[in-house]
Amino acid sequence: MVSELVVISGKGGTGKTSVVASFAALAERAVLADCDVDAADLHLILNPTVVHREDFSGGKSATIITDRCTACGICREVCRFDAVFHDGPGNEFVDTTYRIDSVACEGCGVCAWFCPSRAIDFSPAVNGEWYISETRHGPMVHARLGVAEENSGKLVTTVRREAKRVAEEENRRMVIIDGSPGIGCPVIASITGATAVLVVTEPTLSGLHDLDRVVDLASHFGIPTSICINKSDINPEMTKRIRERARERKIEALGEIPYDPEVTRAQIAGVSVVEHGGGPASTAIRDLWHSVAKNLPEPSGLIQLQTKG
Amino acid sequence: MRVAVTAQGTTLESAVDQRFGRCRYFIVFDTNTGAAEAHDNTINLNAAQGAGIQTASNISQAGAEAVVTGHVGPNAFRALSAAGIGVYTGVSGRVSEALSALADGRLTPAESADSEAHGGF
Amino acid sequence: MVVAVASGKGGTGKTTVAVNLARVIAQNGDPVRYLDCDVEEPNGHIFLQPRIETTQPVNVMVPVLDPTKCNACGLCRDICEYGAIALMGRKLLIFPNLCRSCGGCVRVCPTGALPEGHRPVGVIETGSVDGIGFVHGRMNIGEAMAPTIIRRVKDHILPEGVSIIDAPPGTSCPVIQSVRGADFVLLVTEPTPFGLHDLTLAVEMLKELKLPFGVIVNRAGSGDDRVNTYCRDEGVEIIAEIPDDRRVAEAYSRGLLAVDAVPGYAEVFDELRSSILERCESQKPIGGTAGRA
Repeated sequence: MVSELVVISGKGGTGKTSVVASFAALAERAVLADCDVDAADLHLILNPTVVHREDFSGGKSATIITDRCTACGICREVCRFDAVFHDGPGNEFVDTTYRIDSVACEGCGVCAWFCPSRAIDFSPAVNGEWYISETRHGPMVHARLGVAEENSGKLVTTVRREAKRVAEEENRRMVIIDGSPGIGCPVIASITGATAVLVVTEPTLSGLHDLDRVVDLASHFGIPTSICINKSDINPEMTKRIRERARERKIEALGEIPYDPEVTRAQIAGVSVVEHGGGPASTAIRDLWHSVAKNLPEPSGLIQLQTKG
Repeated sequence: MRVAVTAQGTTLESAVDQRFGRCRYFIVFDTNTGAAEAHDNTINLNAAQGAGIQTASNISQAGAEAVVTGHVGPNAFRALSAAGIGVYTGVSGRVSEALSALADGRLTPAESADSEAHGGF
Repeated sequence: MVVAVASGKGGTGKTTVAVNLARVIAQNGDPVRYLDCDVEEPNGHIFLQPRIETTQPVNVMVPVLDPTKCNACGLCRDICEYGAIALMGRKLLIFPNLCRSCGGCVRVCPTGALPEGHRPVGVIETGSVDGIGFVHGRMNIGEAMAPTIIRRVKDHILPEGVSIIDAPPGTSCPVIQSVRGADFVLLVTEPTPFGLHDLTLAVEMLKELKLPFGVIVNRAGSGDDRVNTYCRDEGVEIIAEIPDDRRVAEAYSRGLLAVDAVPGYAEVFDELRSSILERCESQKPIGGTAGRA
C-alpha cells in the first residue's frame, strides 16, 4: 500500500516547499505531488519534464447568451453571489442585456435553471491543467489553476489521486505531498485520508498561533501529525514554546532546522538544500527525513478480512 | 438479497476497493440468483465533492440492501443508513471472498462511519 | 481609501507591512482601520493587540427539511450542484457541510418544504487600539467558506480615512475577495526564485482584476535581483524596498511592531505611508474615487 506524507504549514512561508524538495532527493522510490495549486513552486527545484497533460474543469460557469436575453432580470433576482449585472451589450430585443461576472460566479446554476428564455449557458469551464512529469527524483504530479478560478480542492484531489496511481503502477512506496498554506479547501483536500501530516512551523508568535489551527484541522480529520521547526535559532525561546505546545497536544517534534543562508543559495541555484552541499540546514533536514521516515505509520487499510467475535 | 461490494475491477475476482465514495466500480451480487453486475463509478471518482453520498444513492437505486467495503465516511454512512442499507466495513481481499464472508455470517454490521470526515473530498 | 496588502507567496511580509503601516498612519493623526482578511490564519491581532469590543458569528444559509411538506419530488437534489442533497428512497437528506448557500433548492421546492435555516462558519471581531480601528474574521476549523467571511469583514471598510486590507497569500478565491475594489494593492515579495515566481502569478491576478498596484520588496538583499529585473522589464513599479534585517525578524517573532521595536523603521514605514497615499491621490479621477466594486 502506498503511504501519503503531506507537508503543510498553517502559516505561509515557513519552508514547506524547501523541505519537500530535499525529501524528494532523500527518499527512495517516492512520487512527488505538488498540491499547492494556487502558488506551485516545487517545480522550480525539481525541473519536471511533462509527459502527460490534461485539462481540468473545476466546475461549471454561467454565461448569458446575449442574443436570447430578454432582460427580464430573473437571473439577477435569483443570484445570491452578486454576480449578475445589467450592463451587457444589447440585442435586437433590448438595449441592455444582462451579464454575468465570471470571477464572482460560483457556478451554482440557479440562474440557468430559472431563466425563462434559455438564455444562459451553464457548462463545465476549463480552468486549469494538471501534469504528470518526470524529474531527477522520480515522477511528479503537479497542476496549475487559472488565476481567480474555483475549486482548488477538486484539483488537489485530482493531483493526489494521480500521484497515488502512478505510485501503485510503478511500485513506489510513498507519495510526498507539498501542501498549501492555510486551513481551507485545498489543505483539507490534501490531508483527508493521508497517512501522516508534517507541519513545518517557525519560532514566531504567528507561527505558534497558526500551528494550533492547522493541528486542529489535522486532528479534525484524524490524521497522525508531527511537526518540525524551521529557522529554529532565530528565537530559541519561541522554539521552546512551540515544543511545549506540541507536547501538550501530544504531537512529536521530529526535528529543528537552523536558519542557514545556504537555503536561499540552494533555491537560487535551482536545487534542493541537501543537493546543494553541506551546512547546518542540510544536516538537519537529513536528520529530519530519517525521523519522519522512521515514524511514518503503516498506511491505513487492513490486510485481512474482518471476522466476527 | 442484493449486495453491493466496492471493487477495483469488474469481476468477482477483483480486489475490494477500500474507498467507498470514490470506488472505481461497485459490483451488485444477487445472493438468490447468483447473478452479478458491475457498475462503473468513475463519475464519483472524479466528483468535486459529495462522492460518498452520490455513490450511496447509486447503490440504493441499484437495489442493494447491503454494502461491503473498506471505509465509509460519515456523510455516506448517513445516506446508507437512511436508505436502510446495511454497511460492512474493514473488508479487503477479493470480492468473492467478501461475499463468502458475508454469507457465512463472519462480518459484523458497522454501527457508524469508520473513517473520519473527508470534508466532501 | 482602501489599500490592500497581498502577496503571491506566503511569508513575505504582508502582515508586517499592513500592521506597521496602520500604526504610522494612526501616529500621523489620520483615521485608519486595519481589516484582517486572512480568515484562515489571522495574525494581525498578535501585533496590534486590539481591545476587542464586539464578537459576532458569521452564519450562512442552509436549507432545513420540513418533512411534513416534502413530497420527494427530488427537484432540490436535481438543482444542487454541490451534492448537498440526497434522496434515499423517499427520505430527503441535507448535508450542510457541502452546501454553498446558493438558495436554489429553497427556490425550486414546489411545496415549501425547505425553509431557510443557518449555521455558523466563523466569527467577526472588531475593536481598536491607539487610534487604529481593528476588524478580523476567523473561519471555523474544517469550513471552506472563507470568501463569505471575508465579505463580512469588508463590510467594516471605513467610508472616510484609510482602510488597510491584510489579504491571505496566493491568488485564489479568498484573495480575490479580499483585494477586489481596493484603490491600490501593495504586492509584497522577497528577492528569491519562489518569491519571484509567485509574484508573477499575483501580478497576473491583479491585471485581470484591473487593480492598480505596486511592489514592495521585503528582505531586500537576502536573495538575488531577479525580482528587480522582472519589475523593470514588466513596467511594474517598486514602491519600496525593505532591507533584510535580523532585528525585524526577531521583533516579528516576538509579536512586536517593527516601527516600535527596531530603530529606523518608524521612518521606513512613514516614508512608505506617504508614498502610498501620494500614489492613491494621484489616481483619483477628478471628483471621485477609482473603481470600487
